[in-house]
Amino acid sequence: MKACLAIFFTLVSLRAASPDILLRGATVHPVSGPEIADGSVLVRDGKIAEVGARIAVPKGARVIELKGLHIYPGMIDSATEIGLTEIEAVREMSDISEIGLFKPQLRAATAVNPASEHIPVTRANGITSVITSPGGGIVAGQSVLMHLSGWTMEDMAVRAPAAMRLEFPRIRMPNRFGASEAPETPGRPSAYAEAKKRYEQQLRELNDFMESARRYRQAKAAAGADFETDLKLEAMLPVLDGKLPMLIRADKEKNIKEAIAFADKQKVRMILEHGEEAWKVAAELKARNIPVVLPPTFRLPEEEDDPYDKPFSIPGELSKAGVKFAFASFGPGSEDNPRNLPYEAAVAVGFGLPYDEALKAVTLYAAQIWGAGDELGSIEKGKWADLIVTDGDPLETRTQIKQMFIKGAPVDLDNKHHRLYEKYLAR
Amino acid sequence: MNRRVFFLLALLPVSLPGAGQTTVIRNATVLTVTKGTFQGSILIRDGKIVEAGEKVLVPEGARVIDAGGQFVMPGIIDCHSHIAADSINEGAVAVSSMVGIEDVLNPDDIDIYRALAGGVTTANILHGSANPIGGKCQVIKTRWGKDAQGLIFEGAMPGIKFALGENPKRAGAPGGGFGATPGLRYPASRMGVEDVIREAFTEARAYQKEWRDYQAKLDRHEQAIPPRRDLKLEPLVEVLEGKRYVHAHCYRADEILMLLRVADDFGFKIRTLQHVLEGYKVAKEIAAHGAGASTFSDWWAYKAEAFDAIPYNAAIMVRKGVLVSLNSDSAELMRHLNTEAAKAMKYGGLDETEALSLVTINPAKQLSIEGRVGSIEPGKDADLTIFDKHPLSNYAKVTKVLIDGEVYFDREKDLEERPGKEVRKKALVDKLKAQEKKERKKPEPTEDKKTEEPGGVQ
Repeated sequence: MKACLAIFFTLVSLRAASPDILLRGATVHPVSGPEIADGSVLVRDGKIAEVGARIAVPKGARVIELKGLHIYPGMIDSATEIGLTEIEAVREMSDISEIGLFKPQLRAATAVNPASEHIPVTRANGITSVITSPGGGIVAGQSVLMHLSGWTMEDMAVRAPAAMRLEFPRIRMPNRFGASEAPETPGRPSAYAEAKKRYEQQLRELNDFMESARRYRQAKAAAGADFETDLKLEAMLPVLDGKLPMLIRADKEKNIKEAIAFADKQKVRMILEHGEEAWKVAAELKARNIPVVLPPTFRLPEEEDDPYDKPFSIPGELSKAGVKFAFASFGPGSEDNPRNLPYEAAVAVGFGLPYDEALKAVTLYAAQIWGAGDELGSIEKGKWADLIVTDGDPLETRTQIKQMFIKGAPVDLDNKHHRLYEKYLAR
Repeated sequence: MNRRVFFLLALLPVSLPGAGQTTVIRNATVLTVTKGTFQGSILIRDGKIVEAGEKVLVPEGARVIDAGGQFVMPGIIDCHSHIAADSINEGAVAVSSMVGIEDVLNPDDIDIYRALAGGVTTANILHGSANPIGGKCQVIKTRWGKDAQGLIFEGAMPGIKFALGENPKRAGAPGGGFGATPGLRYPASRMGVEDVIREAFTEARAYQKEWRDYQAKLDRHEQAIPPRRDLKLEPLVEVLEGKRYVHAHCYRADEILMLLRVADDFGFKIRTLQHVLEGYKVAKEIAAHGAGASTFSDWWAYKAEAFDAIPYNAAIMVRKGVLVSLNSDSAELMRHLNTEAAKAMKYGGLDETEALSLVTINPAKQLSIEGRVGSIEPGKDADLTIFDKHPLSNYAKVTKVLIDGEVYFDREKDLEERPGKEVRKKALVDKLKAQEKKERKKPEPTEDKKTEEPGGVQ
């Protein structure tokens, strides 16, 4: 029995201490600093232990020669629904949205399926972590920042939660295929007037909800041990305490300004999500240090008379204005493929965004925006070894991702698509 | 001026595109797609490519476009688009072959200009996918600024849209869709989709026979009453006679094979399978039928029938001998088909020429317009796209686009015109605001109309 236990503990300790990995001979692109030609990265216990031109091989280390290749930090997609939805159009396969308007207690991390086919497909193109968010209602729930590898959420989570997601109220006109297209009749409010009333009502409810949460906090502080917990309001406390940022979706100039005013008034840390017209509010965003999760660069201009290249040039304009931002896919969906995240960044380079900024906006800036700047986003000592090995610039379509490490472990780049490719090519 | 000379001048066909105009694009990297790549020039006259080579003499008086450091490729062709049309789906019936896109072309659709600015010069505008047999298609050139007639690609083969799978059967599902009237519209299953197509072609055959019999009687100089024209069946007879191409929206391997069998049974050809996301599973059968395939580069999982879609689809089908193109089906994706082509290099290892062919010469062949467009060769239309970097790079952007030798898009000009447009827009907005303000200030007319309306209110 004792012997058995001894063997058991040896096995456990062997598993825990996987050997060091030394990646050698590649061009290292730390992102946080200048590139290192013929450089090395030492990986120990899942973290980056050393980065440099010459690193002595530690005893027992596995050496991987990468001559002619490049090492970059893994990329981060700052808005996805990965794990919450498998096939967009199939109701049974979607867990993005819950009933109700105020649902801060809901956690995306709860419903992420670690076996989703989207995970291996997405990471095969160099994306090692993503934000996955719930949607719907007003306070939609809690977003999670997670590695794209792991058996369970415990393995995957980097920040759970990473943010409280709020879909800021706006005037929503009824769908043009909807029933409200009937001509306006005297004495009945117009569709616009109704939509505006609904929006004003929601704005009041949102402020009331914040006020309730604040009073709940006071009551809790004053009460004794028998204080009755309210899960909804309890979930708001980290937001009120400034520990958890609010990821606020707003698109039009007016809506963004209202969201900023709300964040000011409620003293919450704001991350602007999507923000189609963020460029019109750049000065305010810069002044308040509000970062932006950009909408997909590959989209049509919002207005018919906008310049044809407006969505392509906005990242460059925001960069010039000093606004911090990250790119995002908002996928999976038909046109929104998380694996194409690097190309969302690349197209902006052609229209004025400096290349280094584009690369940072899919790596380091994303990590910083999500409060994980000390753990992810660049190749620096002490960070998670989320690394990709490429044969060139990862923002170019033709570049191939050759190897990947997540939390220091080699990751299989095989996926459903590649398996079907091999199977049917051989038919 | 001599009167006779004046008269002769007046006779010149000034309205012909690029007539009399000679243009030379110089110092470019020319990606001909069919005849290799070289550093050199392209000579254009009367809207056509006259010469393309390393050394081309610049004729006196020619307009010169210096494309130093830039890349010229054939204008991009999108084999599946829905821009430039006022409506797309006639979903109330399962067979809507009586309707056509030609009748609803909208030359003012801003997406035409946006596609042009992405290097697209030709597009196949399709009816939607609400019905097993949909409406007629229209091939256009993105001649922004011309009227509806001016968009039409003269002489292109007519086409018709078919659709299989989830979309056409949706109207048969409770809840309906695509404007179906309350209640259900047959079909509701893939079995029904096949049946609708077989029924329609059985009818079309009978209709074809009526007309043949009528013609035979006339040929024998017998008395005959012409059959009643049937606008639904006429296009299907054209399909049977090889005069109209079938572009069939499809996803799954089983439904692809179903359509090929139906076509074989009725003795017609499927010209292109559209989307064809599981084409890679039955590429042999597609090649054997002779159908082309026009697919997305990498869309997947947005609906059940797209769950086995893979980005290697184009490459596998190319390797198995299918004529493949990449399409957009989206006014947005249409703006960067060049880099969509690059994905077929990443996924499946096509070379540069094979990749560029997917958005140029291959769709041209699928639409049977390869004698006119799709590559840079003497005699073809001067439909050319100039990029500042290699078009397979994500950093490339379009600087100029020529159609029929005319510059239809010029990035510099677009940038120059922006401030002026802003000023004009602001003036219009201000005018509108002033008018509103004036109307608000106006005193409310009292009931006995004592207040006189100021004149001139429209």
